[in-house]
Amino acid sequence: MIKEYSTITEVNGPLIIVNKIVNVKYDELVEIELSDGEKRRGQVLEVSEDKAIVQMFEGTTGIDISNTKVRFLGRVLEIPVSTDMLGRIFDGSGRPIDKGPKIIPEKRLDINGSPLNPYARDYPNDFIQTGISSIDVLNTLVRGQKLPIFSGSGLPHAKVASQIARQAKVLGKEESFSVVFAAMGITFEEANFFITDFRRTGAIEKSVMYINLANDPAIERLITPKMALTTAEYLAFEKDMHVLVILTDMTNYCEALREVSAARKEIPGRRGYPGYLYTDLATLYERAGRIKDKKGSITMVPILSMPEDDKTHPIPDLTGYITEGQIILARELHLKGIYPPINVLPSLSRLKDKGIGKEKTREDHSNVMNQLFASYARGKESKELATILGEAALSEEDKKYVKFSDKFEEIFVQQGEDENRDIEKSLGIGWEALAMLPVNELKRIKDEYIKKYLPKSSKNDDNNEDNDNKNEEDKE
Amino acid sequence: MQQNTGKIVKVSGPVVIAGGLKGAKMYDVVKVSEGKLIGEIIELNEDRATIQVYEETSGIGPGEPVYTTDLPLSVELGPGLIKSIYDGIQRPLDIIFKNEGAFITRGVEAESLNKTKKWDFKPSKKKGEEVSSGDWLGIVQETSIVEHRIMVPIGLQGTIESINEGSFKVTDTIAKIKDKSGKIHDVQMLQKWPVRKMRPYQEKMPPNEPLITGQRVIDTLFTIAKGGTACIPGPFGSGKTVVQHQLSKWCNAEIIVFIGCGERGNEMTDVLLEFPELIDPNSGKPLMERTVLIANTSNMPVAAREASVYTGITIAEYYRDMGYNVALMADSTSRWAEAMREISGRLEEMPGEEGYPAYLGTKIASFYERSGRVKCLSSKEQEATISVIGAVSPPGGDLSEPVTQNTLRTVQVYWSLQDKLAYKRHFPAIDWLKSYSLYLDQLSNFFKDEINKDFINTRIASMSILQEESELEETVRLVGIDALSKIERLTLDTARSIREDFLHQNAFDEIDTYTSMKKQYLMLKLIILFHKKAKKAITEEDISNEQLNQLSVRNKIIRSKFIPEDNLDEFQKIKNEIEKEIESLTSNKVGKDE
Repeated sequence: MIKEYSTITEVNGPLIIVNKIVNVKYDELVEIELSDGEKRRGQVLEVSEDKAIVQMFEGTTGIDISNTKVRFLGRVLEIPVSTDMLGRIFDGSGRPIDKGPKIIPEKRLDINGSPLNPYARDYPNDFIQTGISSIDVLNTLVRGQKLPIFSGSGLPHAKVASQIARQAKVLGKEESFSVVFAAMGITFEEANFFITDFRRTGAIEKSVMYINLANDPAIERLITPKMALTTAEYLAFEKDMHVLVILTDMTNYCEALREVSAARKEIPGRRGYPGYLYTDLATLYERAGRIKDKKGSITMVPILSMPEDDKTHPIPDLTGYITEGQIILARELHLKGIYPPINVLPSLSRLKDKGIGKEKTREDHSNVMNQLFASYARGKESKELATILGEAALSEEDKKYVKFSDKFEEIFVQQGEDENRDIEKSLGIGWEALAMLPVNELKRIKDEYIKKYLPKSSKNDDNNEDNDNKNEEDKE
Repeated sequence: MQQNTGKIVKVSGPVVIAGGLKGAKMYDVVKVSEGKLIGEIIELNEDRATIQVYEETSGIGPGEPVYTTDLPLSVELGPGLIKSIYDGIQRPLDIIFKNEGAFITRGVEAESLNKTKKWDFKPSKKKGEEVSSGDWLGIVQETSIVEHRIMVPIGLQGTIESINEGSFKVTDTIAKIKDKSGKIHDVQMLQKWPVRKMRPYQEKMPPNEPLITGQRVIDTLFTIAKGGTACIPGPFGSGKTVVQHQLSKWCNAEIIVFIGCGERGNEMTDVLLEFPELIDPNSGKPLMERTVLIANTSNMPVAAREASVYTGITIAEYYRDMGYNVALMADSTSRWAEAMREISGRLEEMPGEEGYPAYLGTKIASFYERSGRVKCLSSKEQEATISVIGAVSPPGGDLSEPVTQNTLRTVQVYWSLQDKLAYKRHFPAIDWLKSYSLYLDQLSNFFKDEINKDFINTRIASMSILQEESELEETVRLVGIDALSKIERLTLDTARSIREDFLHQNAFDEIDTYTSMKKQYLMLKLIILFHKKAKKAITEEDISNEQLNQLSVRNKIIRSKFIPEDNLDEFQKIKNEIEKEIESLTSNKVGKDE
């Protein structure tokens, strides 16, 4: 039987303290009833013999000490799951907000999940074609990966994310695919962008959306991504679907975590964030992946906005330590009018090596990728030099690299919002850009690939150098 | 076993406080609630004990029982450790997967060592012989390359009453030993050891041999010794994990203990899939045959993460005691330190820097001090080593943070990873100007005798060229490349060659992934030889930099990293070509002048 208490002794920020309790468990779900009959939910954060600290998801406004009733529900926070959830929109606590019918659950699942045994994991190595050249060629996404987008305020991360959701596919296979979308504290406009975009492209039919807007309770954001991931796990590992999870904006999630931590008077780590921020984020991000003997997979694209575009801020920093790479958006490219403004040099996909090459993408992929990175880095360096010393101070070689890097941004990085380039095309554009450099500068590409893939016209341009090399070889 | 039962009074995340535990000792293992969650006592206050629980505590509340075991947190040692994958408190993850499915549920129990498997034990001692702690009683072939030496348990000394050859389970008695007082002790292959206590040895000695890793920047420039300590701090994306993996793949230790401490699950999967496939260049057998894995990934309980490094180092010490050279990799020690911080915070201890506990430095130092080259506890002369390599993940890449600073104070080798190098895809992204190794002097005899008399000079020459490069680059940045003399431009070209053709190494290329010491020397020698000859040609004959750069042998130097290990004669040919081509330049020039 569920007991009802009216022994709240303290209300402090998002926390309430309940006294004289019996048989309360850590992490237990709590329901309180305000004097006007409104019901809110919370969770036990700490429990000792006679008192419990409870974190309220929907805030503590309007709670009074004497008339509020507290019920401990004897279970942890669970959500009902079912395949009927596809195509539906929920609020941050999992209540439908699209005027559709109630979900009839096939199952109820603990939103905290359980840690995945590392021995049970299957290594992600299926190439996902997103149709975006700078991701497919240089920072390849694979199935089961967690690859965040590091963005800043005002940058088009929403467009990039929805383009990925729209275009992502695995080559040569038709499999059931779905999107789970969790919004935490984003604006109505941004949420609306995703909803309209998903509706426009029909993606909504295969999507489950959880929306917590900027004016919704902040603490609720702590459970929104957990609900989304529990749903994703259900779809992936019980219903054999390939699920893409988009979480936006993780920065708001972390701030909610900081708010609770501050209210509990915990010793803060860097910038006031709690010391367990890493562990907390890891329990979310690590829920992505593949499992041996299961068909489905969870691929995760969390979005976070870097305060002041600062990558060393604890949120992007700790995220980068957990996720398998990052896609970084650059304000500088955005201002130049380049879409998607992906700064390829600091971006990284750690799992790309197993997902590319012969039979996955194309044999020359790895070589081309390394060459593009190295050459673009050199071009950027030369450009920096030119800004200090003037263009005239550059060597002939450096000038070629400067030209290359401009061209690279213009034809390779830049592409349309609805432009879906297949991998052949993306690699082709990469070669087209590389053709601007002298052949003997392409040190990271094997000769056989140069012969096979380098556009013919440019070989003629560099005839002289080619001949020189040949002559010298002949001599031997 | 006598059991003392207490009662939970408070639960806060992984920290539980229990009352009524009279006689409990610090660091004793307890089982919390009916679910029997494993925990460890970390603070005692009269009859109240603070317990860190190694599993998720959700659903636990005051009033539930706590059972004591009167034993400190221990690991089981014996045949069967190699090729295993354990969590932070030595539960076998492969068995848990088979029994419980993909997700780790709470309170799962599984035997650390297989108790039903039989091993062939061959005694090397006979009845009536005198033995003391650490002496080998006999051997078990654990894997195709590891011979597991069963030792007399630590603290036991006496005469062998009986010893049996045959097929035994780890819990079977294989020998009986009579100590001085006449008491007879049964000896099993399975032995237990508390993880927080260092296993004893006779004496520690300074290292005298390098741990060869096949990674050029490490072996040639910043060598780590067998029995040494090294740390790899670097911001995310700078390639810490790839370096750690490369070391555990290729280093010439006989046993590898790899601790994945609070890191990504997929990285452990990578190791699990790759190691059985890869062949160890030293033994010719799959790498997994010499590896023990400890995986407490970031989503697994934080308290077990704290224990994982102790579990790992205790297993390493056990193999060291058998006379093996062991290498232990911990990826990442920062996550271990964070676990300590989290527990410390829950205990409401007064924090030191950045919320880390004040004893952080002591804990880090005493962990690294369990490494070293030692004389083993045994009646015959027996040397063995443990090398410890720890990754550090400084937040924001800021090296002034407490974990990095405390680690640098302890370790002898520092490999500084730079994200700038990683962006240029220069891997391993180890900074050649900031890194250091304090073992170079101790190891100089080895290099002289085993590699080449000229090895040390070649290394010094290359380091000074790299140093000079950084100064010249400063000048170029201020006044442009035209201000440099020909010799200075040559230095820049050579430095670039050292960086791109020698230091840069592709972990994913079949040949480039491992380079023997001999080949490393030959490669570097080519670059330095070219530099010397070119310098001479410039000063004496006024040859231009462009002429030198266009020599076809340049291209051969670039490709020299792809010369297979069984074809090292090729280097002599390239060497001759360098001399010939530069000579032909100068003689042409002389011809024209005349």
